[in-house]
Amino acid sequence: MEGDIVQMGAYIGAGLACTGMGGAAVGVGHVVGNFLSGALRNPSAAAGQTATMFIGIAFAEALGIFSFLVALLLMFAV
Amino acid sequence: MWGSNMIALILFGLAVVLLIAGIVATESGLELAFHPMDQFKIKPLFGGDTLAWYTPSNATLWMGLAVLCVIALLVVGTSKRAIVPGRTQSIAEMAYGFVYKMVEDICGKDGLKYFPYIMTLFMFIVFANFLGLLPMSFTTTSHIAVTVVMAMAVFLTVSILGFVLHGASFLSLFWISAAPLPLRPILALIEIISYFVRPVSHSIRLAGNMMAGHAVIKVFAGFATIAAIAPLSVAAITAIYALEVLVSFIQAYVFAILTCVYLKDALHPHH
Repeated sequence: MEGDIVQMGAYIGAGLACTGMGGAAVGVGHVVGNFLSGALRNPSAAAGQTATMFIGIAFAEALGIFSFLVALLLMFAV
Repeated sequence: MWGSNMIALILFGLAVVLLIAGIVATESGLELAFHPMDQFKIKPLFGGDTLAWYTPSNATLWMGLAVLCVIALLVVGTSKRAIVPGRTQSIAEMAYGFVYKMVEDICGKDGLKYFPYIMTLFMFIVFANFLGLLPMSFTTTSHIAVTVVMAMAVFLTVSILGFVLHGASFLSLFWISAAPLPLRPILALIEIISYFVRPVSHSIRLAGNMMAGHAVIKVFAGFATIAAIAPLSVAAITAIYALEVLVSFIQAYVFAILTCVYLKDALHPHH
């Protein structure tokens, strides 16, 4: 066992930061699921809204990416 | 219900097998044959280990190859200008039409002036992503240094364009007149924060997705050296590779479409 307690804390923090990705997963699933349930009710309008869906996915995903960024910062920068 | 239970069981089994393999590997002193992040190291092409800004490295090589591929597809591929397009020409025409329609749908007719910029970004990112999927290659877009330059370029272009086109009234982007008056300062604060977070999320999204996917492939490749779970990990690599092909395209699409959205804000800041 080597290393100091600061490094241990950083690694635990990096692992905890990854739980934020679960939130992003819920968000992306919510966006796509609602898109799909709407699209199956009115398939003719679905094609025009796929771009909106991808924008929604991108915004939901951005917050998960921030938790990934925090994990990376803890691993390599702090 | 039986199907989802079965999948959950299989996933659980996979997790247990990987956990046991990991414990066995650590106990017996086995290490992964390589570190999963080693693939992102930038090395000089022609030996030596000093990196100056002008040193040709593997990053420059694969970025150059991406540009050559774009030229091969869009310039050489369409040089014949056949009435009935061949394979290469139809792919080039499809790519052009795809991006053109995207810009027109989101930015409107007056956004088409900026179509070449978005087309350039999209083609470069899509080819850099796809070239990164070749075995032994280098994914340039997995580096934040590369994506942050593109994202900052988009951010600066869009901000300057907004002020050039609308002057000070570009700031009405942050003052949402549809909201009730007491709420507007709070919304303005949120809008300003979200405006300046744009280049961060824009660049980290692409780099993070590329880096994470490639690192996962390498982790499974490391498990493939353990004989007991080698077939399983090869199957997992195949599945993740298929997902990565999809992700490569979708991330390029998302980068381009967000550029369109930001451009739309600069062209029409009034809600």
